[in-house]
Amino acid sequence: MSYVAIKGGKAAIDGAAAAAEFLRGHDNSGEPLKLSAIESQLRLLTSRVVSEGGLYHPRLAALAIKQFQGDTLEAAFALRAYRSTKPRLLATPLQDSTNMRCIRRISAAFKDIPGGQMIGPSYDYALRLLRLDLADEDPEAFQSVARTFLTELPEADLPDSFPKVLDALRAEGLLPPVTESRGEPFDITREPLLFPVPRSAALATMARAETGSLLAMAYSNMRGYGDVHPTVAELRVGYIPVMVPHPVTGEPMEAGEVLVTECEVVAMYESGKAASLPTFTLGYGACFGHNEVKAISMAILDRALQKGMQDGPANPSEDPEFVLLHVDGVDSMGFASHYKMPHYVTFQSDMDRLRTTQVKAREAEQSPQREV
Amino acid sequence: MNIHYEFPLEEVGYSFGFLDEYAKKEVRRTILKAICIPGYQTPYASREMPMGRGFGTGGLQLTLALIGPDDTLKVIDQGSDDSVNAVNLRQFVQLTCPGVGVTEKLEEATLIQSRHRIPEVALTEAQVLVLQVPYPDPLVVVESSEARRKIMHAEADYSRLLVKLYEDIVHFDEITISHRYPTRINRHYVIDPSPIPRWDVPKLDQSPALILLGAGREKKIYAVPPYSVAEPLVFDDVPFRVEDFRDEHGQRRACARCGAINSFLDEYSDDNNAKIYQCSDSAYCDGQLAQHQQREVKG
Repeated sequence: MSYVAIKGGKAAIDGAAAAAEFLRGHDNSGEPLKLSAIESQLRLLTSRVVSEGGLYHPRLAALAIKQFQGDTLEAAFALRAYRSTKPRLLATPLQDSTNMRCIRRISAAFKDIPGGQMIGPSYDYALRLLRLDLADEDPEAFQSVARTFLTELPEADLPDSFPKVLDALRAEGLLPPVTESRGEPFDITREPLLFPVPRSAALATMARAETGSLLAMAYSNMRGYGDVHPTVAELRVGYIPVMVPHPVTGEPMEAGEVLVTECEVVAMYESGKAASLPTFTLGYGACFGHNEVKAISMAILDRALQKGMQDGPANPSEDPEFVLLHVDGVDSMGFASHYKMPHYVTFQSDMDRLRTTQVKAREAEQSPQREV
Repeated sequence: MNIHYEFPLEEVGYSFGFLDEYAKKEVRRTILKAICIPGYQTPYASREMPMGRGFGTGGLQLTLALIGPDDTLKVIDQGSDDSVNAVNLRQFVQLTCPGVGVTEKLEEATLIQSRHRIPEVALTEAQVLVLQVPYPDPLVVVESSEARRKIMHAEADYSRLLVKLYEDIVHFDEITISHRYPTRINRHYVIDPSPIPRWDVPKLDQSPALILLGAGREKKIYAVPPYSVAEPLVFDDVPFRVEDFRDEHGQRRACARCGAINSFLDEYSDDNNAKIYQCSDSAYCDGQLAQHQQREVKG
């Protein structure tokens, strides 16, 4: 290969895009993916991209998944870049997740909870045996799945919302009281993280973090690089009505709803502040979409980070800088990818240093009496 | 999802310079602060751009915040206007900034965005150089916590960096830092001058052009204002040394294309595995070649 290879950059870029597009179109079925199919049949993939992209837009997420051929990092990245072009019109006030229209809600802390356990859509207890009948699915059978489910569903007397498990524990005095004076939440899209950062900045960063990165950090804590030992007080998945002030009257109005996964963990108790009784400690996780592993990881890390902020970090997962600066998928994948770019100049400079050092080492070998 | 949902408009819907005006305003305010405190890593929010973090998003945000319809932009990567990444960035600016001129000629450019090189020919007061930065903090090699590094910078405490340089000399009889050479600006803050080779570090000192450095992923902007003092960290008895392009006989290697013996050279092997040296700055190389040809025509 010669130096000319880097010439004609435009042709190379266009060619690379065409080759990638060829692989997308190289499908014997000849059927392009429908966005609605991605959004519903690959709903967990869409959830992941919506969450990591930090933009609640399942349809655009489905488009990004299609465009980037299933790469979640790239798809989330495209949503973020799209968001950069939009001004921030307003900040939503605090949303109350008690109003969530739950599709699933469980507690690991109690056998029964007020409102009841509701398993909902979950693979938790499914046997991970491949269902070979899905390999060549009959379209009619597929279309009847949803219909059959709905017709056979018993008339259930489900409430519109469920009470929070934590509220019962709080009423009993086992949890610290909720402090009313909440400051303005930190907007990570408008302010850089300068440490120490408030907890709201940590939560916002984790809410759009890359799932695998959060899981790895949280797992290190679970395994022994830390000691959160969480109990899932409540994990809920469902639709939260988004309330925003009416542009004219200022009264709260419902602007739509977002699918959210929320996890609250209870951890080891600590002595109370200002002569109050000891209480359990809490960890909180929430993100767009249906992403249970992510919400649980986030809740554990929130607990670990609160401990680290208070006592100083004893483990990587308790160190806010270590966790928060390394969990963003767009940042980390971008930087890992950038190593593919040319580094001729810096490598030239590296070779210059090594050669000079080798020459000096050789000279020193030849004249051993020379003192360093 | 709402079935009546309508998709947003295609690219035509993007405003001039891609970013929304609030974002550009924020970048400009950060630039002003960075110029006022030479070498200080000024934090800013840093938006996601449609290219990878690490591909020049920090530099690009500076360029997009500064560029106007009267500007002429030059983009280089590894010294070349033609390298894939430079082409990519230039195309993006052309797409999102209608009316902006682009050039490969240094003297025509008002704004130059570069990765890893400073052009060989001196810049002028009328020009602004934007450098893309992967690691904004020179202290990261000795201290991993950003919070602690911030304190060290505030106190101008670079003792651990100097100890690192000293240890290099003890181990290797040579300072091993090849590029990103820590450089002190206006005798206070030490900066990471971006991964430019040591060859380019002296060009920072008393530069007539404003030099802006942007780290998108690390969310920092810093500046070397015009005519600032920029001194690479060294010891009194160990001088700063740029890359050595002499051959084994002590002869300065020349560019195989234009014959220049005063430029930073790229080294590579041809198909026969023979070493070839050529100017890294492609526009400089073209300029030298054109001069030779003119001389030949005259002669």
